[in-house]
Amino acid sequence: MTFSSLVLPLLLAGTAAIGLGRRVDIYAALTRGAEEGLHTLLRIVPALVGLLTAVGMFRASGAMELFSGLLAPVLTALGIPAETAPLMLVRPVSGSGALAVATDLITRFGPDSYIGRVAAVMLGSTETTFYTIAVYFGSAGIHRTRHAVPAALTADLVGFAASALAVRLFFPV
Amino acid sequence: MSMAWLWGGMVVLSLIFGVWNGQLDAVTEAAVSGANSAIELSLSMAGSLCLWSGVMEVMRVCGVADALARSFRPLLRRLLPEASRDSETLAAVSANVSANLMGLGNAATPLGIRAAQRMARGCGGVASDELCLLVVLNTASIQLLPATIAAVRSAAGCSTPFDILPAVWFSSVLSVAAGLLAARLLSRAGRRRL
Repeated sequence: MTFSSLVLPLLLAGTAAIGLGRRVDIYAALTRGAEEGLHTLLRIVPALVGLLTAVGMFRASGAMELFSGLLAPVLTALGIPAETAPLMLVRPVSGSGALAVATDLITRFGPDSYIGRVAAVMLGSTETTFYTIAVYFGSAGIHRTRHAVPAALTADLVGFAASALAVRLFFPV
Repeated sequence: MSMAWLWGGMVVLSLIFGVWNGQLDAVTEAAVSGANSAIELSLSMAGSLCLWSGVMEVMRVCGVADALARSFRPLLRRLLPEASRDSETLAAVSANVSANLMGLGNAATPLGIRAAQRMARGCGGVASDELCLLVVLNTASIQLLPATIAAVRSAAGCSTPFDILPAVWFSSVLSVAAGLLAARLLSRAGRRRL
């Protein structure tokens, strides 16, 4: 029995037990949430159609290789695999774009490969920085954002390097 | 608009590089299979995405989100001492952090915006140190269960999609810490220049 084989059953049973203990209609909540999940999916499907097409064409044309190659020396110095360069470029700008690029990497290299895992961890430990900044400062009426952008991008960069490091630490070859 | 340029740029560059490298057939094939794989992938991740959204909703109605929000108040009071003086701002920020942790993006954003609007009152459009911290907290991901990624991994044939969790937490913590530290240092450096 490993940690990851315990996570799912424990989480499901634990949640159900807490809910029943509090006399909450957990089944209604479950189906309501699942419906929300469908809405989320419906929102990302059109973006995935457009972006997986563009990412696939970009890779097949050889352009992706060229761009990754340009960034490779810097990335290797940080311990980040060069194949994930497109993911890092898209991540701060577009959430669905990053999902498309990461999906491309995960299916191409395999979900349990080094690059597939790094792509998944990168996606899980960073956010759509520029979108978030625009939404928050826009709705709060802020036009001088001071150090928010550089600090947020520092967090992204450290997150990328830490993702590669974490995969090497937790999944030693 | 930025997405229009990103998408358009990629497609146009693909054509140019495809001609240059003599890979036009491969580019054509990729265009067709890309759209197909988007639908195939969406269908195969639909089940786990719905399941996890459902489980998170159960946790929310059970009060897990509220409990999580309460447990973060002491920490947030130290991180954002000025904003915490207003109890409604503190409530919004802690609910925002807890929704982020549970991956409830739809719930997190309006809460965070409410907090940001309250914190921005009377500052004349200039972001305060604490508002920058709140934004950095939200641009760094602190999700406990990244359900979408797990769904993509299982759709790609992974039998243990959640085995990356420790790695995700490790990397998230480092990233958030780096963001907060950078915000502190840059705010001091910016003030010295003024």
